[in-house]
Amino acid sequence: MARLAALTGNNAAAEAIRQIKPDVFAAYPITPQTELAEEVAQFVADGILDTEYIPVESEHSSMSVCIGASLAGARAMTATASCGLAYMWELLPTTASLRSPVVMVVVNRAFNAPLNIHCSHDDSMGARDSGWVQLYSENAQEMYDNLIQAVKIAEDETIRLPVMVCMDGFIISHAVERLLLLEDEKVKNFLGEFKPVHSLLEVNNPVTIGACALPDYYTEHKKQHSEALRRSLDKIMEVANEYAKISGRSYSLFESYQLADAEYGIVIVNSAAGVTRTVVDKLRKEGVKAGLLKIRVYRPFPAAQIVQALKNLKVVAVLERTDSFGGVGSPVFTDISAAFMEAQTKEKPLMVNYIYGLGGRDVGLKDIGKVYANLQVINQKGKIEKSFAYLQARE
Amino acid sequence: MRKLQGWKDIPIGTAIIEAGSSVKYLTGEWRNARPEHNKDKCTNCLLCWIYCPDGAIIVEDSQVTGINYDYCKGCGICAAECPPKVKAITMVKNQN
Ligand code: SF4
Ligand code: SF4
Repeated sequence: MARLAALTGNNAAAEAIRQIKPDVFAAYPITPQTELAEEVAQFVADGILDTEYIPVESEHSSMSVCIGASLAGARAMTATASCGLAYMWELLPTTASLRSPVVMVVVNRAFNAPLNIHCSHDDSMGARDSGWVQLYSENAQEMYDNLIQAVKIAEDETIRLPVMVCMDGFIISHAVERLLLLEDEKVKNFLGEFKPVHSLLEVNNPVTIGACALPDYYTEHKKQHSEALRRSLDKIMEVANEYAKISGRSYSLFESYQLADAEYGIVIVNSAAGVTRTVVDKLRKEGVKAGLLKIRVYRPFPAAQIVQALKNLKVVAVLERTDSFGGVGSPVFTDISAAFMEAQTKEKPLMVNYIYGLGGRDVGLKDIGKVYANLQVINQKGKIEKSFAYLQARE
Repeated sequence: MRKLQGWKDIPIGTAIIEAGSSVKYLTGEWRNARPEHNKDKCTNCLLCWIYCPDGAIIVEDSQVTGINYDYCKGCGICAAECPPKVKAITMVKNQN
């Protein structure tokens, strides 16, 4: 029987890690991930988790340890946030191109300056091109479910890529929620054992990993990595379907809420999908055809599927908790724009990009209501006057 | 020239699964000028052998017998170091 629990997002991630049972866990504490790193350490100290916990001196080291452990044949995991992710940046593309199936929790937190410990998506969105799979989680339940699935995706023999699983700092990491947990045995059987393709510890079969490749071979290595990441989209769905069988909870590449016949849509990542859903319900009662698309898989980007889901809407707002300074728009906005360019569909919505919730600023019913109202005004006028705006910035 | 493999054929994750495979990597492929050694002119002073940065001057019984084109990168140091009165090595341009 599934267990009903009341846990914070950090607790839920720690609980998943206990059940996943990594051979190695190497983490450095950083707000708002600290509680998670502590809890895993507590499990190990209490003898209920048989994991080699390596208390490293920095995030650069935590990812280095994970790469080494993973290449030696261990299931390796870590967790970080914000500046911690920035500090391990150098190792992110290395992990991915070495095809080390490391799984990492990212508790989304704003980048400095000014110093801020609350939620923005600067960290993981900034790391979007590092070659990792990225999964986003609206709440503690999704963090728990995504984390277990992440290990299966990462370790799949046809994929072998690291996976980042993200949730909103404080809003989710520190808020207690009701969620359902699987039995330990079910998680164990679902994941099976990790079998490395080439283990560095196989002395009878020595291999060299991470050697130099000059211009004559570098391109082929990158192409191979790029293809694996693109291919992983199908595998992510396959794993989601298998997971639905053991958990009763279904996941897709993204969540479509009231989108099928919608005229006005919001695309959003992580926790603010909750408040958006509530506004959609309210507007639907008033006869406004509002809908929501919540991103779950951001890398690889499900471009064709998102175009299909949005093409018949009239106006769409991509709401994002980070800015791509000086860019055309924020990351998800530019990806969706490019996806429409690639798909060359006749039908496409008008699209605007609003930045919200920076550094943990609360986003409420009023803010989201205002967005849907703007979308209706744009539809009446038939044109966009301002395609990019900071939703909550005081003049 | 060695055959270059495609992206589907190389082991994943940058792995080199064969020990000592670097002996197969013939750096002479880079060469765009080829030193040619004239045995009749050569005095076997071995200056070229001392200066060659790639150990590509073949010496047997204290005699220069040829050049190892698998590793000679065509830098021309041997030709430059060969005494001006001897000039037993000439560089042929645009040749591997
Ligand atoms: S050209 Fe350079 S590498 Fe080749 S034999 Fe002469 S010195 Fe050695
Ligand atoms: S430097 Fe010239 S003369 Fe001396 S050994 Fe070499 S080729 Fe012969």
